[in-house]
Amino acid sequence: MAAAARLFIRGAHSTLAISGVGTGKQSSLFKLSAGCSSRLKAQRHVAHFTFQPDPPTTEYGATQKMNLFQSITSALDNTLASDPTAVIFGEDVAFGGVFRCTVGLRDKYGKDRVFNTPLCEQGIVGFGIGAATAGATAIAEIQFADYIFPAFDQIVNEAAKYRYRSGNLFDCGNLTIRAPWGCVGHGSLYHSQSPEAYFAHCPGIKVVIPRGPLQAKGLLLSCIADNNPCLFFEPKILYRAAVEQVPVDSYTIPLSQAEVLQEGSDLTLVAWGTQIHVLKEVANMAQEKLGVSCEVIDLRTILPWDTETVCKSVARTGRLLISHEAPVTGGFAAEISSTVQEECFLNLEAPIARVCGYDTPFPHIFEPFYIPDKWKCFDAIKRMINY
Amino acid sequence: EGKMLTNISNVLRACAQRNISHLFVFYFKKCDVFKLDEAPATQVVMTRDEGLQYYRTMQTMRRMELKADQLYKQKIIRGFCHLYDGQEACAVGIEASINLKDHLITAYRAHGYTLTRGGTVKEIMAELTGRRGGIAKGKGGSMHMYCKHFYGGNGIVGAQVPLGAGVALACKYKGTDELCVCLYGDGAANQGQIFETYNMAALWKLPVIFICENNRYGMGTSVERAAASTDYFKRGEFIPGLRVDGMDILCVREATRFAADHCRSGKGPILMELQTYRYHGHSMSDPGVSYRTREEIQEVRSKSDPISLLKDRLLSNNMASVEELKEIDVEVRKEIEDAAQFATTDPEPPLEELCNHIFSNNPPVEVRGTNPWAKLKSLS
Repeated sequence: MAAAARLFIRGAHSTLAISGVGTGKQSSLFKLSAGCSSRLKAQRHVAHFTFQPDPPTTEYGATQKMNLFQSITSALDNTLASDPTAVIFGEDVAFGGVFRCTVGLRDKYGKDRVFNTPLCEQGIVGFGIGAATAGATAIAEIQFADYIFPAFDQIVNEAAKYRYRSGNLFDCGNLTIRAPWGCVGHGSLYHSQSPEAYFAHCPGIKVVIPRGPLQAKGLLLSCIADNNPCLFFEPKILYRAAVEQVPVDSYTIPLSQAEVLQEGSDLTLVAWGTQIHVLKEVANMAQEKLGVSCEVIDLRTILPWDTETVCKSVARTGRLLISHEAPVTGGFAAEISSTVQEECFLNLEAPIARVCGYDTPFPHIFEPFYIPDKWKCFDAIKRMINY
Repeated sequence: EGKMLTNISNVLRACAQRNISHLFVFYFKKCDVFKLDEAPATQVVMTRDEGLQYYRTMQTMRRMELKADQLYKQKIIRGFCHLYDGQEACAVGIEASINLKDHLITAYRAHGYTLTRGGTVKEIMAELTGRRGGIAKGKGGSMHMYCKHFYGGNGIVGAQVPLGAGVALACKYKGTDELCVCLYGDGAANQGQIFETYNMAALWKLPVIFICENNRYGMGTSVERAAASTDYFKRGEFIPGLRVDGMDILCVREATRFAADHCRSGKGPILMELQTYRYHGHSMSDPGVSYRTREEIQEVRSKSDPISLLKDRLLSNNMASVEELKEIDVEVRKEIEDAAQFATTDPEPPLEELCNHIFSNNPPVEVRGTNPWAKLKSLS
C-alpha cells in the first residue's frame, strides 16, 4: 500500500504579489488566480508549504532519522513493548496501514495485539471505548479523519461523557483514536477534511495535532499515557515529507501546552499541524519585506488549549493572526479569537485576523485556491500592520 | 413471458434471411436463493441485437476504465480513481432489466453505472480530469458523478444505502411503478447503516433492490477476514436474497429481472449478491497485488472475463461474426480517444464556481473567504 501514501503535492506556485485585494471585490482576487491557473499547468507541482524540521535534540537520548509515519510506528512500538495491555486496531492496520504507520507491529507483537477491524467506524470506536473501560490501552485507527463521522456519536456521547455521568466510577481514559488529517494536494472532498472544530466543542475529550515527527511521537505517547480519551490527528501530507531526528526511546511532550517557535514583537501567528510550516515562511517573508517581527506559536493541543501562552503573547504584540485549513465559520480560530479579545481587548492594535479555508466543502479541482497559503496570510499581515 | 415469445417470433422471421442466428436460448443452473420459493429463470433467451448492444456497452466501459488508468499514470487525472474493469457485467446486466425511469445509487466505483444510466463517455472523462464539460461540472471528480435518476457516486462507504431506501420510499409514496437499485460492496456490508436500512425497507415494504457487489476484497481485506458470514445474500435475514454469478451478464440480467418483478409486485425489498471481480486494485494508488496473487487475477481474466464470455457466446452460437465485433471494437476505441482528447483539452471550471451551489439561495449569498476582507459570491 506504499502507493496509497504517494502524495502528490501541488499548490498555487505563484510568484505574483498580492496587492490590494479590495473589500468584497472578488474580481482582483480571481484575476491573480487566473494567472496562477495557467502557470500551474506548465509547472511541476509543488506543495503550498516547505517543511521546516525542528532542530535535533539530545534531551531524550539517541535519535534516528524518521519521517512522520515512522515516528508514529516508533511510538506505537514503544507502547506495545512497555504496556502489555496495549492493543492497536482499525481498518487495514495488520499489514501496516494505508499510510504505513503500523508496519511490522503485528509480526513483532502478535495478531491478538494488532488486528484489523471490519469497515465500521462506529463499531471501531464503540469497541475501543469498551476495551478501554475494561482496562486495555486501546489505540484505535480511523483510516481518514473524513470517516470519523459515523463514530461521532460514540466519541461525543459515550467516550467524552463516561467519567462525568458515572461520577468517576468508570472512564475510558485508556482510549486514543488516531486519524490522518488535513489537505494532501489531491484529496478533494472526502480525504482532506480537518474536523478538529467539531470535537473542540465537546468537553471530556482531548484533541491533539502535531507539526512534525519529533512532536508527533512525544504527543502521541502523551495521549496514550493520558487518562482521558484522546483524538490524535496526523497531518497526512507530512507523512513522508516531514523528516527529523527523532529519539528512539519513549518520551512525552506535555499536552495543553502551546509552543512558541520563534519570538517576535509585532504580531502573533497561531496555527497547528501543516499550517505551522506555512506560517513560519510567512514570518520570514514579513521580516524581510515588511520588517515586521512575528511570534509563531504552535497550539499543539486544540482541546483543552493553552490560553495563557497565546494571550500573553498577544498582550505583548497587540496583533493576532490565526490560520487553519478548515472553513472559517465555526473553525477553531473563532474560539481562539473570541477568548483573546476577552482577555486582551485593550492590548489589541488591530482586529484579529483568521486566514482559513472558504466556507465551502473541501473542493476537488479548486484546492490550490481554497487553502490558506502563504500569500493570503502575508496579505492579512500587511493589513493588520497598516490598520 | 409473452413479450419473450413475441420477440422470438419476430426474430425467427428474419432468421431465414441470413446465416446468422438471431437469438439463442441459454441454460443456467439455478442460483442460490434465501427465503424465496421461486428463483430467476434458468432458461434465458438472448437476441443478437441484445448481445451486440451488451458487447458494445461493456467494451466501452472496459476501454474507458483502461483509458482512465492511462491518464492517471500521466497525471492528467489526479486524486482518487476507483476503476470498474472486470465488473462490467454487473452494471450492464442490471440496466438491461430496469429502465431509465427507475433509480440507482452506488458507492464510489461509479464510472460504469454513470455510463449505463445515461452519462456519455465524454462527460465522464471530463469529470475525471475536473473540467467544465464534466458531468458534475468538474466539481465532483471520480467519486461524485451523477445524472438523471442516478444518485451517484458516494464517497463514504455504506452511507448511500439509507439514501437508496429513501428514494424507494418516494417512489412508493408517489405511486409510480419505479424502484430503486441500491448498490454497495462487500466491505460496506459490515456497516451498521446497512442493517438499519434493511429493517426500514422490510418494515415498510419499500421497492428497493439491495445489491452487494462482492468482488472478494474490501480494499485490501479479503471477505474471509472481514465478515463473520460471507453469505452476503443472507445478511438481510428477513429480506429474501439470491446469489448470482456477477461475471455472466445474462445471469445478472435475469436475476435483476426477477428482483424487479418482486419489487414491482409490492412484495417489498429483495437482496442480491453479485459475485464479481475487479482487475485493478481498490483505487489507482493500490497496485492490487499485495493482498492477492497475480495468478489469481490472471485466472479470473482467462476463465471468467465478462466480455470474453459474451464474445464466446456470440461467436460460437453464430450470433455475430468476428469482423462485426472487431468493427465495434474499432468504433469504441475511437469514441474513447475522442473523449480523452476532449477531457484533456476542455478548460477547467471558472473560479467563480468555487463557491457556487453550497446552499440553495436567491439572491446570491456571500461566502467568507480565507481572510476577513475577502468575500466571495455563491450563486445557486
